[in-house]
Amino acid sequence: MADQQFHYQSVRQMSDALLAKEISAIELADAHLKRIEDLDGRVGSYLAVTPERAHEQATAAQATIDSGNASPLTGVPMQLKDNLATRGVATTCSSLMLENFVPPYDATVTTALADAGAVLLGKGNMDEFAMGSSTETSAYKLTRNPWGLDRVPGGSSGGPAAAVAGGLAPYSLGSDTGGSIRQPASFCGIVGLKPTYGLVSRFGLIAFASSLDQIGPLTRTVEDAALVMNAIAGPDVNDSTSIPRSAVDYTVGLRDGVKGLRIGVVPEYFGDGIDPEVARLTREAIQQLEALGAKISEVALPNSKAALAVYYILAPSECSANLARYDGVKFGFSVTDAPNMMTALEATREGGFGTEVKRRMIMGTYALSAGYYDAYYKKAQQVRTLIRREFDSAFEKVDVLMTPTTPTTAFKLGEIQDPVVMHANDVCTVPANIAGIPGISVPCGTIDGLPVGLQILGAHLSESTLLRTAYAYEQATPWHTKHPAI
Amino acid sequence: MTDQPPRLTEDEVRRVATLCRIGLSDDEVERLRDEMAGLIAEVSILQGIDTSGVEPTAHAVEEVHTVMRDDTPRPALTVADVLSNAPRREGDYFRVPAVMDDGEG
Repeated sequence: MADQQFHYQSVRQMSDALLAKEISAIELADAHLKRIEDLDGRVGSYLAVTPERAHEQATAAQATIDSGNASPLTGVPMQLKDNLATRGVATTCSSLMLENFVPPYDATVTTALADAGAVLLGKGNMDEFAMGSSTETSAYKLTRNPWGLDRVPGGSSGGPAAAVAGGLAPYSLGSDTGGSIRQPASFCGIVGLKPTYGLVSRFGLIAFASSLDQIGPLTRTVEDAALVMNAIAGPDVNDSTSIPRSAVDYTVGLRDGVKGLRIGVVPEYFGDGIDPEVARLTREAIQQLEALGAKISEVALPNSKAALAVYYILAPSECSANLARYDGVKFGFSVTDAPNMMTALEATREGGFGTEVKRRMIMGTYALSAGYYDAYYKKAQQVRTLIRREFDSAFEKVDVLMTPTTPTTAFKLGEIQDPVVMHANDVCTVPANIAGIPGISVPCGTIDGLPVGLQILGAHLSESTLLRTAYAYEQATPWHTKHPAI
Repeated sequence: MTDQPPRLTEDEVRRVATLCRIGLSDDEVERLRDEMAGLIAEVSILQGIDTSGVEPTAHAVEEVHTVMRDDTPRPALTVADVLSNAPRREGDYFRVPAVMDDGEG
């Protein structure tokens, strides 16, 4: 496999090749490092590459393979979004605030993947503190969409999505607060899964909005997403919001098909603001699933229209609290020559944070401040209850809901400047975060050479159903076999 | 949503920025007066939704409860690890600017 297009093989195929001794873990890591060196200058998906760590982990992985104890991730390289703590490896969140921050501990997912034998290639670029939908708010670099280098990769997990789509990493982990895994997966023509709130430990994920954040995989195939979930899902004593639940094998039932599956189509997600071509491809994908034996019905979710407004109160409010920790004292950027603490704080936070982060913190502080709390934060939490109930009753009638993942295909770098217009990108993805439910985006075609994603939503802890549905669609269509020419 | 939402006053923007301890240049204040108005208009759709008697939801997954670990000692980060990213330190302490000075703040 080393010769032709190894870099677009699935995790499963790479694992099989490692087990068959067609390639060694070191060779596989080096082949990826070489490709990153040759091509990532054009894509910009990595903030940092970690060849030493990769060699160390690949050597250990090869020993595991040789001893016959390999898991499907053993020896397979991967990338981590740069908001996931890696002990001894800089973790910047794409912010100047954390330019020199080297975590003294690993995130639980970092440890889980290391224990499974994964090989870290490096850290993925992102929007600063995961705030953005294009990766353009990164303080360090632009990431380009491998399907069109003048296009954004989406965000905030734009580096991970571009790396996986461009064959620069077999898979990556991202975080999804309002669509930050699914939207870039859609823009880059790959699979992105946001698990149920609480399913994957967030210990070591640099916090953005704590009632919404969730870690999940970005992969080139649905089966790979299941394999990665097997390694990262589960309770964690270090995360008090993780769901106490015994392990699930997400590959079980993957091939069981969709015969009799009840699919709900939500008209609210096909209306104003959705590109008619995106809507058409999404409907075609749903018809394809009907042809495979699923039953289609319409389900109205009228409160979904309010989800974006709920999100743009809750997320800024929670971020304004979470980012209070950046005081220039314990770690991070610091203005040290200020005459007193107040001046030092204001100068540190003025210099360390970028425009989007400041704007969100100011909006969030406004929404939480005296006299406004009931009108904004409390109101948003009440509407959240209505949205959650609406999903609950929808999932009494259907097994999954299907929508476009994004209103359009990837837009051009620099094209969107107005923050409110940028927010509209998240209109199809934020409801899942508000309700805490899982969602997956799977490629369902292209428009003018740019990928479109089908979003599948399910009830809490329905990841196995989502993966089975996405797998059935993927296997019936050619999209996962198409890759960009970079 | 109105086309031209009312701008915030300079004082309103500065008051909120002070609450979250973010220094702003005059240009940034000017820009935020417009942008904040746009953001507030964006979320104003919620005011039209009847939520009387509706309980607020802090997070949406019933299976998530705050859990307490057993009250037994376990290893924590070493002092060296904790201080490894300190911008300024003195011995085993973080060094900070004066909290009280000439009466400001």
